Amino acid sequence: MNHPMNHLTETRRRQAPSTTLLALAATAALLAAAPAQADTGKLLLTGGVSTVEGAAGGGISPWAVIGSQATEGEKGVSAYLSRAETRDHGLTAAGVAVGFNDRLELSFGHQDFDTGITGTLLGLPGLHLKQDILGAKLRVAGDAVLESDSLMPQIAVGVQAKRLRSSGLDGTLDALGAQRDGVDLYVSATKLFLAQGVVVNGTLRATKANQNGLLGFGARLGGADNGYQLMPELSVAYLLSKNVAVGFEYRAMTNKLQRAGAAAGLGDGLRADDWKDIFIAWAPSKNVSLTAAYVDLGRIVPATTGNRKQTGVYLSAQIAF
Amino acid sequence: MKHLITATALTLLAMGSGHALAQSLAAPLKATPASAYPVAPAPGLYQAFGEQAGIRALMDDFVIRLKADARIGEQFKDTQLDNLAKQLTDQVCQLAGGPCVYKGPDMKEAHAEMDVTRSHFNALVEVLQLSMDARGIPFTRQNQLLALLAPKHRDVVNTR
Repeated sequence: MNHPMNHLTETRRRQAPSTTLLALAATAALLAAAPAQADTGKLLLTGGVSTVEGAAGGGISPWAVIGSQATEGEKGVSAYLSRAETRDHGLTAAGVAVGFNDRLELSFGHQDFDTGITGTLLGLPGLHLKQDILGAKLRVAGDAVLESDSLMPQIAVGVQAKRLRSSGLDGTLDALGAQRDGVDLYVSATKLFLAQGVVVNGTLRATKANQNGLLGFGARLGGADNGYQLMPELSVAYLLSKNVAVGFEYRAMTNKLQRAGAAAGLGDGLRADDWKDIFIAWAPSKNVSLTAAYVDLGRIVPATTGNRKQTGVYLSAQIAF
Repeated sequence: MKHLITATALTLLAMGSGHALAQSLAAPLKATPASAYPVAPAPGLYQAFGEQAGIRALMDDFVIRLKADARIGEQFKDTQLDNLAKQLTDQVCQLAGGPCVYKGPDMKEAHAEMDVTRSHFNALVEVLQLSMDARGIPFTRQNQLLALLAPKHRDVVNTR
């Protein structure tokens, strides 16, 4: 396996630092410099960070926590900007979440996937796939943080309605029998083992999404499995200090396009793998968190990427009130 | 799918049970009826806080910070800080495995005259963290104490 730094170096060589990354760094610097608001609310990092889909959680998996700084009897809002750069692709994600009474979370996320060489080889140079995600999450039981003498986790159920915007890829998705919109349903359980400083989250997601929806939903060509599948996700974080956490995540992904791709004569060229990351999250103040991760998204349209795993870096900044 | 849920549950249990088991063997402690995971003081916790004198010094610092806190200081405006520090010392000393016996009012009674919200409780935790930082208590030890104190939110938080 290649060393992460190799990918970093390759990424830098391949393209100049994107304006998004610069904007992200500038925003982060500005926010970190702003005086911390003396306020009530949640304890540091206990609202999680923002996932690439907009829900509060880890980076790639929603948790049972309700986003924003709001605790019981309060309303709050959070916003995020995230960027992932892998060997062949880039993803920019941005959005907001609103938390009510530490009970209900509503979120909106936008994703812009730069297909890089994949688009070029498909005859669609410069192709960006853009997706909008409306999310809702309801805490149904438990308390992840203060119930430290109980094993009962905080449990939430959530829904994400996703729509992939029209693009040059529409014809291909049609041919594969993939839809451009879909709905994910999930249940999450989050527990802080306070005495040990360990946070564990398990999520079970019912989904038809290919690569989280960026390659559509389901597939029919060649008798591919077009139904919902239950995919597990796991996050574990260890608190190094009040405002720094490190951990890893694992998110199982559907692989519905592989069979459709084979039927289209692409062999295993459309197969997908599970997503993984290791991360460090830092909250310089109650209202700001910054996350950096090394991600492994597995193969994404490997027919166009020499079967390379999409490993790379992920940076995310969140403000929350 | 069933085995996935089982696996997740087992992971959760594995992460917590080893410690809990060791604790319950070391020090059989009364658990509230609701508690399926009784938390006993971690070995050496009382010593890590400097025993009774160290805990008293921590609480003397804590009550001053409490009264000065912009969010919750108002709630302590008529409180005798010396008495509060003594009560807290007895309570934390006992919780941490020390030889003290807390004889003050129970937490529900003690807060009956105040409107304490969840965010007030969180603010109090943050002030305590500042005091523990100032006393140089290691983060891991801080969390071991907070794990003993956190369940008290059930009695302290009385306003939703």
